[in-house]
Amino acid sequence: MPDIAPLTMPKLGLSMTEGQVAAWHKADGDKIAAGEEIADIETPKITTALESPAAGTLRRRLVGPGETVPVGALIGVLADPLTPDAEVEAFVEEWRARFAAEKAAEPEAAPPQPERVATPLGPIQVLEAGPAAAPPVVLIHGFGSDYQSFLLLQPLLAGRLRTLAVDLPGHGGSTKELPGADPASLARAVAAAMSARGIQAAHLVGHSLGAAVALALAEQEPARALALTLVSPAGLGPEINGAFIAGFLAARRPRALAGVLAMLFADEQAPVGHEMVEAVLRAKRLDGAEAALSAIAAANFPEGRQAHSLRRVLADPARPANVVWGRHDRIIPASQAAGLPPHVKVTIYEDAGHVAHMEKPDHLARLI
Amino acid sequence: MPKKSFRQAVNEALRQEMERDPSVVVMGEDIAGGMGAPGEDDAWGGPLGVTKGLLARFGRGRVLDTPISESAFIGAAAGAAATGLRPVADLMFVDFMGVCFDQIFNQAAKFRYMFGGKAKTPMVIRTMYGAGFRAASQHSQCLYPVFTHIPGLKVAIPSSPYEAKGLMIQAIRDDDPVIFFEHKAMYDDEDEVPDEAYTIPFGEANFLREGEDVTIVAIGRMVKFAREAADQLAREKIDCTVLDPRTTSPLDIGSILESVRETGRLVVVDEANPRCNMATDISAQVAEQAFDALKAPIRMVSPPHVPVPFSPALEDEFIPSAEKIGAAVRSVMAAPARRAA
Repeated sequence: MPDIAPLTMPKLGLSMTEGQVAAWHKADGDKIAAGEEIADIETPKITTALESPAAGTLRRRLVGPGETVPVGALIGVLADPLTPDAEVEAFVEEWRARFAAEKAAEPEAAPPQPERVATPLGPIQVLEAGPAAAPPVVLIHGFGSDYQSFLLLQPLLAGRLRTLAVDLPGHGGSTKELPGADPASLARAVAAAMSARGIQAAHLVGHSLGAAVALALAEQEPARALALTLVSPAGLGPEINGAFIAGFLAARRPRALAGVLAMLFADEQAPVGHEMVEAVLRAKRLDGAEAALSAIAAANFPEGRQAHSLRRVLADPARPANVVWGRHDRIIPASQAAGLPPHVKVTIYEDAGHVAHMEKPDHLARLI
Repeated sequence: MPKKSFRQAVNEALRQEMERDPSVVVMGEDIAGGMGAPGEDDAWGGPLGVTKGLLARFGRGRVLDTPISESAFIGAAAGAAATGLRPVADLMFVDFMGVCFDQIFNQAAKFRYMFGGKAKTPMVIRTMYGAGFRAASQHSQCLYPVFTHIPGLKVAIPSSPYEAKGLMIQAIRDDDPVIFFEHKAMYDDEDEVPDEAYTIPFGEANFLREGEDVTIVAIGRMVKFAREAADQLAREKIDCTVLDPRTTSPLDIGSILESVRETGRLVVVDEANPRCNMATDISAQVAEQAFDALKAPIRMVSPPHVPVPFSPALEDEFIPSAEKIGAAVRSVMAAPARRAA
């Protein structure tokens, strides 16, 4: 390893420009393993753990808890315990000078904005990021969410892949006129958005209901799905937490909704921030959203059970497939990952819940 | 998401509801301009341009310039509402309520009740309020407490462009008379506002931030100042909840009580004159229903009991500010904790 490694403010979401060090889990002088959680980073949208990029000793914490700094700013330094203080100090000085110079020379590029694309099924909102010539990945969110579900994952993929996060009908900024409420109908809207963006085939990444939609798309248009990564997928078993679905539909206030959203995470202390909760509430207030979400819930999860099984789609050994689950998933039990065909790579995260793409974005990005 | 001004947000709400529902009409003094005289059509769009562009889209049949007679056109709106239209009447400055108040509080507010529920009055009265515009005592008041006092009226006071669009669409679809307050110093405020139509239900307070130490309830433009104060106080390790009731009638007293039971401290910020305003009303309800939860006296931040001054220096001093809110919060934090009996 290099003698000195920087710890910097990560970019949590494509539009993040600054973040707060909410807490340090380590003190100066602590030995750190690569991948170990070192601090909590908080934005108005989400709080997440900063994993150490390298092994070493935490020599300097440069930003106190509660302090807000720009993305990319130096917040700490890892180094060998034998590296002299003066060298660490020089590293900090040099880094800061370079960071300031870079910021001055190159103003922050505007983050990619979601766009509503016209399709035969009505407007569909997408957020595209990453090189247009790179292999495409389509990200399909779960029930009640939107493209922001991939706020942590999408930036990690967008460096090397063309990523397209799609708002399902009834959700986010997409049409509230449903082409039908079952996975097969919703899949037609995803296909329409892909066509509108000139993407014929892609690696489909689906979460929960979005995973069922990905499976349905792979079934009706097999050539569109080059590979599948399914996070806590719907469509593999009958159980689902009906209280979550009902609670989500009923919640109209931030606190009630925050309580429901907390069920998504392994931790009782849900890391969702005020802005994230507010964004979900705002999407629910749009004309037609409540009716559309209720129809989707009724068609897919009537009386706390799943109505559609799509296990058969995973039988094709020619299509690579990942199934990812958190052991502490309180919405769809991880036990549904059992009994899948041998070519399906199953990954269970012991310390994640229903949203591994928010709880384990780095691992998941490497998997994709 | 597109950023829009408060002015654009209200305009978009009116336009989308007029497109959705042919019974929605707008009426008022110079809301189009150029009527019955040589001159430019749509010259005004109302004194501050909120209805600009509606005339070209919907024509004079649905965008009605009225004579300078508030009692006539507010009465006409009430009658139109009772007989099948959904009028949005522009009272311009709320200070003009004096010449049409009978139409509002004795007529529109009473139809549903006095006709045994057989009539409804789906009218909206848009009106400007507030100081800070150098417009002196007769064009700067915050008279929403007077309307809140009258059963049968609903009162919406949006605190941002996002809130304005959602509350306006809700107001137009509501079957009761709604008085819709627009602060004239907020028309150029910008905010992310969805292109699609959406509604914000009446009687549901908005929690803008949640803290453990003090509950700040603020109305209309004061919400922005309360947030600024709370940001500053957070740096001093005082953690505030900021609550925007959104509508003063119906009032979500439940959320206010819930929050005060958690924090034990209440500061109410109201730009209206300090006697019988929303701050006194909310304070009284909290004192009556959650006295046992209070760790410190309630503090109210309101202007002094005087007409809005014309002198710019005095007017600036008159309006509650983030600094005054901050000082009130610090004072309730400094009050000695009440000893358990």
